Amino acid sequence: MEMRDFVVRFAGEGGQGVVTSAEGLAQAATQVGYHALTFATFPSQILGGPTWTQARIAVDAILSPGDDVDVLVAFNQDAYDEHNSEVRDEGVIIFNSNEFQLEGDSRGFGLPFDELARSTGNNRAANMVIIGALAHLVDMPQRYLEEFVSKRFTRGRSGDEEIIRSNIEAMTLGRDHISESGLALGALAAPNPPDFAQIMLKGNEALALGALAGGLDFYVGYPISPATTILIYMERNLVGEGKFAHQVSSEIESITAILGAGFAGKKAMTATAGPGFSLMSEGLGLGWIAEIPLVVVDVQRGGPATGLPTKTEQSDLMACMFPAHGDVRMPVIAVGTVEECFYGAIKALTWSERYQGPVILMTEMSLAERVQNIAKPDLSQVEDRRRQVYEGTNGYHRYAGLELSPMPIPGNPGAYVANGSEHDDMGDTTHLASRHIQMTERRFGKLKLLEEDEYERDNVEESIAIMPWGGSKGPALEAYNQLKASGVPVGWYYTMYLNPLPPKLLEELKKKDLVIVPELNYQGQFASILRSQGVKAEAITQYTGLPFKVRDLVKRVTEVTEAVRKEAAGV
Amino acid sequence: MSKKNEEYDFKWCPGCGDFGVRRALEMAMIDRLEETGLPIENNVVVAGIGCSGNLVHLLEGSQPYGFHGIHGRSLPISLGVKMARPELNVVVVAGDGDFLSIGGEHIGPQAARNLNVCAVIMDNGVYGLTKGQSSPTTKLGEITSSTPFGKIESQLNPLELYLTLGVSFIASGFSGQVRPLAKLITQGMEHKGFSIVHVQSPCTTYNDTFELLKGNVQKGIEPGLWEVPEDHDTSDKGAAQQLLQQGGVPVGVLYDDTFRPSMDQQVEQMWARAEPKTVQELVDAFEF
Ligand SMILES: Cc1ncc(C[n+]2csc(CCOP(=O)(O)OP(=O)(O)O)c2C)c(N)n1
Ligand code: SF4
Ligand SMILES: [Mg+2]
Repeated sequence: MEMRDFVVRFAGEGGQGVVTSAEGLAQAATQVGYHALTFATFPSQILGGPTWTQARIAVDAILSPGDDVDVLVAFNQDAYDEHNSEVRDEGVIIFNSNEFQLEGDSRGFGLPFDELARSTGNNRAANMVIIGALAHLVDMPQRYLEEFVSKRFTRGRSGDEEIIRSNIEAMTLGRDHISESGLALGALAAPNPPDFAQIMLKGNEALALGALAGGLDFYVGYPISPATTILIYMERNLVGEGKFAHQVSSEIESITAILGAGFAGKKAMTATAGPGFSLMSEGLGLGWIAEIPLVVVDVQRGGPATGLPTKTEQSDLMACMFPAHGDVRMPVIAVGTVEECFYGAIKALTWSERYQGPVILMTEMSLAERVQNIAKPDLSQVEDRRRQVYEGTNGYHRYAGLELSPMPIPGNPGAYVANGSEHDDMGDTTHLASRHIQMTERRFGKLKLLEEDEYERDNVEESIAIMPWGGSKGPALEAYNQLKASGVPVGWYYTMYLNPLPPKLLEELKKKDLVIVPELNYQGQFASILRSQGVKAEAITQYTGLPFKVRDLVKRVTEVTEAVRKEAAGV
Repeated sequence: MSKKNEEYDFKWCPGCGDFGVRRALEMAMIDRLEETGLPIENNVVVAGIGCSGNLVHLLEGSQPYGFHGIHGRSLPISLGVKMARPELNVVVVAGDGDFLSIGGEHIGPQAARNLNVCAVIMDNGVYGLTKGQSSPTTKLGEITSSTPFGKIESQLNPLELYLTLGVSFIASGFSGQVRPLAKLITQGMEHKGFSIVHVQSPCTTYNDTFELLKGNVQKGIEPGLWEVPEDHDTSDKGAAQQLLQQGGVPVGVLYDDTFRPSMDQQVEQMWARAEPKTVQELVDAFEF
């Protein structure tokens, strides 16, 4: 049987090589032209603790982590107990026979990873033993594996040759061992390598890289899962003349420091997760009223307060769009793929500079840690767009009128007071009704500058449409493709611009009988925001801390569309 | 604002100490302008929320940049401004409530970083703008609108706190002595690193301490203010600590560490170790 994709779940304890094995498999597969996508969970303790990572390998571009597990690699007994029920009946379970024995499961095959690795003289090659075994299960030619290993370990060092030899030996041992068992999944179709350059990276890395490509000057942050990796990347790479990256003492310092930097003319950003985002509330209101460009990234995790730090959820949308007291409606961009992490970051910076105010860039845990291959961005196509700068003399009225006005940069003529109290056109505090009216309308009016034209649409003539947001895009699109193929009459819309929505999109949505919004929260937050704008929207919700399964979405969308049609027919 | 602005609708009460602090800051900025030749736009005044923070709108003459933000956060805002543009002269103006209560968490980190800004603190021992509640520097036992039976928290000594936290320049002044205060602010601005000029700036409406500070011979009130002796060694932290044991309010520079590099200097040194990569190189690193 020829297969077009397969899913491997690696489960064990932190420190056993669960994540490195999954990422190693993804690297091996992409190296030879397949697509790969990983889904990682974190252990809730620092050392050890149960953890698992899933890798999906496919001939075609991948949208979701995959519903069913074809192969489980169980590093210990607990991992087997916890995960074996998710392995399909014809699947395979490779268990670490150096750790435990498994009886009475016909899917099981014991592989002594550590012992085989040791026999090659390279203790660290256990993940290669596993990859070799997996390659056999999907009938992947040996030369692919050898190609991967020699590319990966040719680093111009004296030990390279020995490392390549031991790794190839480890893979061969894994392959030979499992071949004796007679277990197999089928033959994976030959890869269909794209004819363009690719990179492979995590969502948070893509986001950080996008921000740098977009001309970021200034970054501060405070450690918090799952946003910390962005801080770490910036501390290492946002360096040199005119740049600044630093760990500050709280999220209150993060937001206020980037307010200072944005005021001083820099492209400034911070990234955080729920608890830190809540602390930034007052500062975001200040950015809105004082008209200061800045970007806040919210890498969503689950629940209120400390909540579920290591799980994924899409429950911060209301908080991101309405983060502060007073009349405030923040521009929000929510990314849905690793590629969008890169381009969304550039767009968020551009938006903040364009309308001179804060922009919230939303992502989520499942994207932050996801490793995926994407087309290599062409930096010559990326523009570093900056705000309109005031270039006149002193005595400037910075907040005059209802339209955006050029922004003076400290050190240059045009001094004014950036004021968090309601103010007159020079930035001095006032309580005059006429000023509050003018400034309120000015602030809301500027949102028009962020209206975009482009969005995804398909099957637009249908009266029912699916429109996910953020990280639910992948599973929803995969579900949509299946529904479409099986003739369920439903259309597709998607945008990462949640506020303001592209006006043409909003007009289209308003004409639908129903817009179904799959989202990972209890209240159906985006559906409710759409309803407030005149769209007949209903959410399909889930709040398990995990992403949607495609199968569940197909079922639930089908149910909803049937119910609507029955109702319309008066059945 | 340089001229009378009809729309601006805040006024300090007659006799408020903040008038003197404003004058002193103006003098210091003009002195700086004359000395360095750098234009007034090279100065940024980051203000806290309180009667004191309104100083940023009440400056007369040519105008510096201002940032009037949110309560307690003037220090981290100044961190952003200064590290974005180290060439700017950044001054923080805030009250005792703003700086020591809600914003107290930011003093230690800026001291540790030796952030090169000058904070001018207007201490009136009360929350003026919210009409007379107790602040960290209100005396133990004092009756205020929020302590009807007397304050049960002990009074904070901010100067001791600054010394303990490692602030690298600490001066204490009085709003009634404008010229000397201007000189302290100038020294604070010239200091390479985090400087605090802590000013007794009485609130004539809710906590009038002028008499206690200046003394009154007729009433037999000894002046609370005393000059820091000329032979005080400002590089000696121990000596500064000893001075503070005398009680009352010293006037002058207590501590001045001229050796520690400031945050911007340290960042610049760090670049030499960092070997910056271009964005293209960073993208290429993810190629496979
Ligand atoms: C977050 C927040 N909490 C409370 C207030 C109300 N508030 C405004 S000024 C102030 C205290 C001001 O006291 P101080 O800093 O000593 O300044 P003063 O008016 O005495 O100069 C308070 C509590 C506020 N603006 N913001
Ligand atoms: S209330 Fe006190 S601090 Fe405020 S303006 Fe009046 S005198 Fe000054
Ligand atoms: Mg006060």
